Amino acid sequence: MSWQAICKVSDIAPNTGVCALVEGKQVAVFKQAATNKLFAVGNYDPAGQANVLSRGMLAELGGQVTIASPLYKHHFCLSSGVCLEDNELSIPVYGVRVTEDKIEVALTLN
Amino acid sequence: MVSNVSTSANRCRIVVVGNGMVGHQFIESLLASEQSDQFEVIVFSEEPRIVYNRMMLTKFFETRDPESLAMSSIDDYQDLGITLYMEDKVVAIDRQSKQVISAKGEHVAYDKLIMATGSFPFVPPIPGKDRENCFVYRTIEDLQEITAAAENGAKVGTVVGGGLLGLEAAKALKDLGVEPHVVEFAPRLMAVQLDDGGGSLLKDKIEDLGVGVHLSKATNQIVTGDECQHRMEFSDGTSLETDMIVFSAGIRPQDELAKESKLELGERGGIVINNQCQTSDPDIYAVGECALWDGKLYGLVAPGYAMAKVAAAHVIDASTSETFVGADMSTKLKLMGVDVATIGDTHSKTPGARVYTYFNQPDEVYKKLIVSEDNTLLLGAVLVGDAEDYGTLLQYMLNEIPLPESPESLILPKTSDSEDGGGLGVAMLPETAQICSCHDISKGDVQKSVAGGCCTVADVKSDTKAGTGCGGCVPLLTNLVNHELTELGMEVSTDICEHFAYTRQELYHMIRVGEIKTFEEMLEKHGKGHGCEICKPAIGSILASCWNDYVLDDAHIGLQDTNDIFLGNMQKDGTYSIVPRIAGGEISAEKLMVLAQVAQDYGLYTKITGGQRVDLFGAQLHQLPEIWGRLVDAGFETGHAYGKSVRTVKSCVGSTWCRYGVDDSVGLAIDIENRYKGLRAPHKIKFAVSGCTRECAEAQSKDVGIIATENGWNLYVCGNGGMKPRHADLFASDLDTETLIKYVDRLLMFYIRTADRLQRTSTWMDNLEGGLTYLQDVIINDSLGLGEELEAEMALNIGNYKCEWAETLKSPEKLSRFSHFINSEEIDTNIQFVEERGQIRPATLDEKHELIASAK
Repeated sequence: MSWQAICKVSDIAPNTGVCALVEGKQVAVFKQAATNKLFAVGNYDPAGQANVLSRGMLAELGGQVTIASPLYKHHFCLSSGVCLEDNELSIPVYGVRVTEDKIEVALTLN
Repeated sequence: MVSNVSTSANRCRIVVVGNGMVGHQFIESLLASEQSDQFEVIVFSEEPRIVYNRMMLTKFFETRDPESLAMSSIDDYQDLGITLYMEDKVVAIDRQSKQVISAKGEHVAYDKLIMATGSFPFVPPIPGKDRENCFVYRTIEDLQEITAAAENGAKVGTVVGGGLLGLEAAKALKDLGVEPHVVEFAPRLMAVQLDDGGGSLLKDKIEDLGVGVHLSKATNQIVTGDECQHRMEFSDGTSLETDMIVFSAGIRPQDELAKESKLELGERGGIVINNQCQTSDPDIYAVGECALWDGKLYGLVAPGYAMAKVAAAHVIDASTSETFVGADMSTKLKLMGVDVATIGDTHSKTPGARVYTYFNQPDEVYKKLIVSEDNTLLLGAVLVGDAEDYGTLLQYMLNEIPLPESPESLILPKTSDSEDGGGLGVAMLPETAQICSCHDISKGDVQKSVAGGCCTVADVKSDTKAGTGCGGCVPLLTNLVNHELTELGMEVSTDICEHFAYTRQELYHMIRVGEIKTFEEMLEKHGKGHGCEICKPAIGSILASCWNDYVLDDAHIGLQDTNDIFLGNMQKDGTYSIVPRIAGGEISAEKLMVLAQVAQDYGLYTKITGGQRVDLFGAQLHQLPEIWGRLVDAGFETGHAYGKSVRTVKSCVGSTWCRYGVDDSVGLAIDIENRYKGLRAPHKIKFAVSGCTRECAEAQSKDVGIIATENGWNLYVCGNGGMKPRHADLFASDLDTETLIKYVDRLLMFYIRTADRLQRTSTWMDNLEGGLTYLQDVIINDSLGLGEELEAEMALNIGNYKCEWAETLKSPEKLSRFSHFINSEEIDTNIQFVEERGQIRPATLDEKHELIASAK
């Protein structure tokens, strides 16, 4: 398990996301302002087939925090990675933490 | 001739003579039946065009486009398998061999013949009636001749006949810029429908509008005038000079063909029919204005439709129980902006009838009720100046609903604390009550439609056709639909999403009144949870509309769609398009070269848009600031192509270059585009300005369309292209530029305030109770007293305008967002292009795999 620092917490504007390159993989990282929580998932939208999820919008649906894709508005749960509109589709969920103001991402959680 | 070859010998052959509204209704009813494939339909029309809405004839002057009145098309007829003989008239019927013979010599056999020949305008036998510039008012061709006369210099126009159609014709003359007069033989206007009180109030109102009204005048002769082309000399020794004359002195049934075919006619004309609409020859039916039932002719479309439906039912199945047993002739209409309605027995002809009258001279309202001797039933009513009670009163009469103890309460002004409408609740109507008389839709039909899943008035309209004829029943229909929804226990949720239990309009109000500046504040005060992709952009848009703060501030950035954050339109592969503003579509060669150079340097795909500007496609995130830097330096601004906001103002070249242009459409387009650029709205807003009535800018397909006239600008509103194209409605005529801008300011701000999220202006207006008229009232007459407020809000918006790209380029922090990775300079390898027609396009998935594999 390796954590890799990607940027400072303040580099992400409130309630938006960024994309980081971690070990050759595109990772979307989001910051929810009201709770100060961070989320990390794959950046590839399997429905729209493009690397765009970091540019989606945080959306709370029935208590789940999701990311709404900017292409066709599919919602992906940021905790499970499952697509709410089509449960055949899902995105990988990654580890994320803050160490001394630095956001760190890990591709595997064990 | 349009014909369909797939005829089969064993089908029943129906020949319809006449392609007016009623003949068309017959065909629709016949072919809508399950047995439609058993019939072969052949139609003869002497007019050069397919069926059109004659009731809307006056509308022709607004559009000058015959197409806009069409009720069907040649393609539709062809698809339905109908054979149509146009500009050919049936001149004889051989009843022995059952065939018709046309003027062009066609012999066509029939099994059943439908006479839908309509009527012709009656022209009184006045000496001089055939002089030049004397017209009738019946067909599009008549209207074209009248228009030509006005354009050729006729200054004064006189309508002979002060009935319904005559007044419409007078309005048409007024709209053509001709000084209008009406000459009527009877001592009042609309003599058949109105009583003296109503008639005299109508006269006052019509005169106020600038129409000369001359009553109790019999014309002796028409001779050459001194000032004008004609002089009409009346029997009382007076005279009137006029350049053109339009006869609208009633109609006569077109029964010539029936007469020659020895069908039974009435003493004063009209083809006699029975309750099944059959003539004296059982294989020949007559429907509409040519038919005489029980000694009565019906000059309205609704009874004609009823006859057409009965005739169709009888042709399909001779044992049908459907019959025509007369029709209610109640009408409600707007004559030159004056509401007029008549119901039932307006002249108190019923023995023992009693009358209640309300006459309010200052407000110019006249209302009369005619009730039965025992005060329990409504027999008739006359309403002038305020016809709001029409729907309620009509239901009282048609369904014989017992009157309240004091019937006068139905026409007295409502006190502020009484229930709205005060009159009859829709719940009290029987299921058979007719709601829409044009299409004969009952309360039961509407109930079925709602139960079947139609949840809005618009849905019910398109499902049942109710409210799509004259539109008079829409308020009643709206009440009924809402009532039915409540009855079904369906709480119609107008909540925007799970976080805010409010409509967009309510949210707007809260933000504006509560001076709320951020989404967080809004959530805290009026919402719950964290928000979603529905409420965030909606509130973001309202905040921008209200305060016009920079949308990419930390407080707002999380509310913006990616298009708004990166100020471009995301395409299917995650790249963005770049659309600089080219106001009015006017661009210099230097600026075009800048665009070309940028496109070439970055290898962008280039296309001209429908909004008269240039789209550059295929820019990647990290390229956007560089590209925009070059564009802003060259004097370009963002085009807001990414926003729910004002897009473009399309224009034709206008009077500066065009031989036909009457005003500077490009100049106005540029001014307007610069005025409203960046304005955030519930949906995109498109404009166009045409320099003359040829309308090269297609202004009538825009949210706001402006067309130059000889006397100023005509303003059209609430049109759109897209999935459901809709023509814009004429909102106001001959405006000076200042008034035009004032109206547009108010209109846009009122739309932004009251429309639902993602609701375009057309649906917005259709959903306003009262529609166009209401909107005109709010904007032009300032009926809500909001005018100045709306203008001030617009001024604030305009004052706060900044080019979002110029702002973004100034901020290094904001620019740091424009890279694909936050921790790497690399770019997204998933974006791949291939070449097509000499330019790039996104690679397909298969092409991508190949390209990525070959790169390794």
